[in-house]
Amino acid sequence: MLEFKNMGKTFGDLHVISGVTGRVDDGEVLSIIGPSGAGKSTFLRCLNLLEEPTEGETFIDGEKITHENIVEVREKMTMVFQNFDLFNNMNVLKNITIGPTAVKGISKAEAEAKAMKLLERVGLADKAHVHVSSLSGGQKQRVAIARALAMDPEIILFDEPTSALDPEMVGEVLDVMKSLADDGLTMIIVTHEMAFAKEVSDQIFFMAEGGILERGTPDEIFNHPKEERTKQFLEKVL
Amino acid sequence: MGTYLEGILVALKGVPMTLAVAIIAVAIGFCVGLLLALMKLSKKKILRAISNVYVEIIRGTPLLVQALIFAYGLPQVFGFHYPRYVFGISGLIIPAIIVCGFNSAAYMAEVIRGGIQAVPKGQREAALALGMSRIQVMKLVVIPQAFKIVVPSLGNEVITMIKETSVLSYVGVVEILRQAALWNASTFETFPAYVGAAIVYLCLTIPLSRLVKLIEVKLAGGVK
Repeated sequence: MLEFKNMGKTFGDLHVISGVTGRVDDGEVLSIIGPSGAGKSTFLRCLNLLEEPTEGETFIDGEKITHENIVEVREKMTMVFQNFDLFNNMNVLKNITIGPTAVKGISKAEAEAKAMKLLERVGLADKAHVHVSSLSGGQKQRVAIARALAMDPEIILFDEPTSALDPEMVGEVLDVMKSLADDGLTMIIVTHEMAFAKEVSDQIFFMAEGGILERGTPDEIFNHPKEERTKQFLEKVL
Repeated sequence: MGTYLEGILVALKGVPMTLAVAIIAVAIGFCVGLLLALMKLSKKKILRAISNVYVEIIRGTPLLVQALIFAYGLPQVFGFHYPRYVFGISGLIIPAIIVCGFNSAAYMAEVIRGGIQAVPKGQREAALALGMSRIQVMKLVVIPQAFKIVVPSLGNEVITMIKETSVLSYVGVVEILRQAALWNASTFETFPAYVGAAIVYLCLTIPLSRLVKLIEVKLAGGVK
């Protein structure tokens, strides 16, 4: 379970996010939607301290996330990025095994066996030994998801995982994410894929101007939005 | 014609020394340069300052002056002697290698820093997000990629160093130029002596720069 209270981040005078409060229970999927510049990605990055929040606190399973325990927290809460960010000096298999071997101290053989299972799961077992630069965007993102899964996380943060993809590759990545949701993985997803968010989420945050303007179930947000700003946004994107 | 050939042959005798000093110096330069580059990128102001001052001093003074200070100045001030001989050659090769290595480090620090910064920030964040420590991120993700980027510059540094080592002839290291100068002193064949040295330097630098270009092309093809 992840709980965040009054999260805020300022760059100089600019309030990127402020007063973001909420919780995500085990097995829940939270999708964060909203216009660009609303602070969605910043909020996500504040959760695992890739960005230093200027106020507020986050608790994972009741334990406060600090710089002292951040390494253990990141093992439990991994992340998938918009631009995949696979390690360019490694092949596909090594990208997936490096986390478990370097961080968790798992043996190479064990990590590789597990990585192969994960590659099968994301439909890329035949690509294990190729260099990452020869993969398509959709394949890269599926490898990145396998890399995040290899740590056996409780939670995965997805930062616009399909925004950098060619349209025809969005589906293959969303399918993998859907299967993870079905398996009960806890996920926090910043996304512009409204149909997907509606289908897989337990809660939706609509963020604008650095705060949560409206929150609710997919039905509440997509079918009965209360705030004018939410209605305007949905009209534009749906 | 025979005199010119002899001049070349004399200068050739200095090749092992020139190459040995240049290669060891670049190896030292790479290690110290990596350290300086990491210091430059450090969050700690004091480390950045030390690195910057070091680079400023080394780059702002001639190698010959540095060599004279190391070979003759320091022993006088601190009252020590370099060993007379190491492996059967003059002990002055020790300060020579040190000074060339530390000199090279200042130039390589910039190159290596550039290489490290050329590794996309996203990959660093991805590594951090997996729970890696900053040291692991550097060791496993950033430096291997930065190394590929700086290899051609490293090659060029060897070439530069081969030419730069000629100043060591002033501090008693019998490398290519010193061989030529000694032969000139005993025969007064001034022109053949120094042209011979020049030809020998070219025979080293031209093939090496071709090799560096080749490596560069090969690496550019391999990295995306």
